[in-house]
Amino acid sequence: MEEQNIEAALGDSVILTQVDKVIGWGRKYSFFLYPFITACCGMEFMSAAASRYDLDRFGAALPRFSPRQADLLFVVGTISHKQAPILNKVYNQMAEPKWVFAFGACVCSGGMYNNYATVQGIDTILPVDVYVPGCPPRPEIVIDGLIKLQELVANERSSKWPRGKSQYDPKVKR
Amino acid sequence: MGRLIDLCKQKLGGAVLSAHEQHGDETVVIRKDAMLTALRWLRDDNDTKFDFMMDLTAVDYFGTRPRDERFEVVYHLFSLTHNHRLRVKIPVAEADPAVESAATVWKAADWFEREVWDMYGIVFKGHPNMKRILLYEEFEGHPLRKDYNIRKRQPLIGPEN
Ligand code: SF4
Repeated sequence: MEEQNIEAALGDSVILTQVDKVIGWGRKYSFFLYPFITACCGMEFMSAAASRYDLDRFGAALPRFSPRQADLLFVVGTISHKQAPILNKVYNQMAEPKWVFAFGACVCSGGMYNNYATVQGIDTILPVDVYVPGCPPRPEIVIDGLIKLQELVANERSSKWPRGKSQYDPKVKR
Repeated sequence: MGRLIDLCKQKLGGAVLSAHEQHGDETVVIRKDAMLTALRWLRDDNDTKFDFMMDLTAVDYFGTRPRDERFEVVYHLFSLTHNHRLRVKIPVAEADPAVESAATVWKAADWFEREVWDMYGIVFKGHPNMKRILLYEEFEGHPLRKDYNIRKRQPLIGPEN
């Protein structure tokens, strides 16, 4: 008994782990995503989500069209300055824990739009967890990004949450 | 010269400042003060019958033309009856960037005129609802004017980026 470690002694009847690990394992396979789709990347999102590539295989199948029920904000497509306060509001409405997925070059950096209209990357406003570049990104790279996010979520400590609301408030109230 | 150009010159006389034709596309440049009469006539006359205003936009010739004809408002007209097209241009001065609204002639002009106001700051007098259509009310200036700073952004939230 002294030589054996405790897991071996208990056989297969008990698995020892950490609470964070169990929670992370559960979360990573059950993303409820909120698709915030504004532009052409949306087509590629549909392709990634539909049967051929099938995000459901990774547990991220069910789009929720209410931010209150979602924990993964998929920002897909060009975000204009006019749209940015709305995106911010949607982020703030989501319950913790929540993650942000930047889908496409426009969301990551403004993409090819360097002008008066376009936000130069949503990370100027929100915390972003995964960046998937491409104009638009192919479904393979979207799935790769999702798997990277799963790794991140699996290894998270619960002390990371709550992350709190976005650091910015809109300059004008509507 | 094309048939439509000749018709315009006959009917509108001195209101036609110039005209040209390329590859069968006819263009007339019309004086600002005669524009509404001209557009109405183009719509109603049996020989022209431009019942469809396909596009309305503007051009900023900043730095390449004298200031009293800096802008040009452009109408693309099409006749479903005769299957012919005409481009109508109206020079607009920098000091008085305003023209008559064509929304009473073609209803379709309504939103196009708001877009031109939004992007170029050209006022359409007599328009039923002359306000921005694409940008937000807080936006200052008109971004498609060539003297709008290409780097200038006006975010509603977050830092200047
Ligand atoms: S990254 Fe390309 S495909 Fe995606 S929204 Fe921007 S312009 Fe469209």
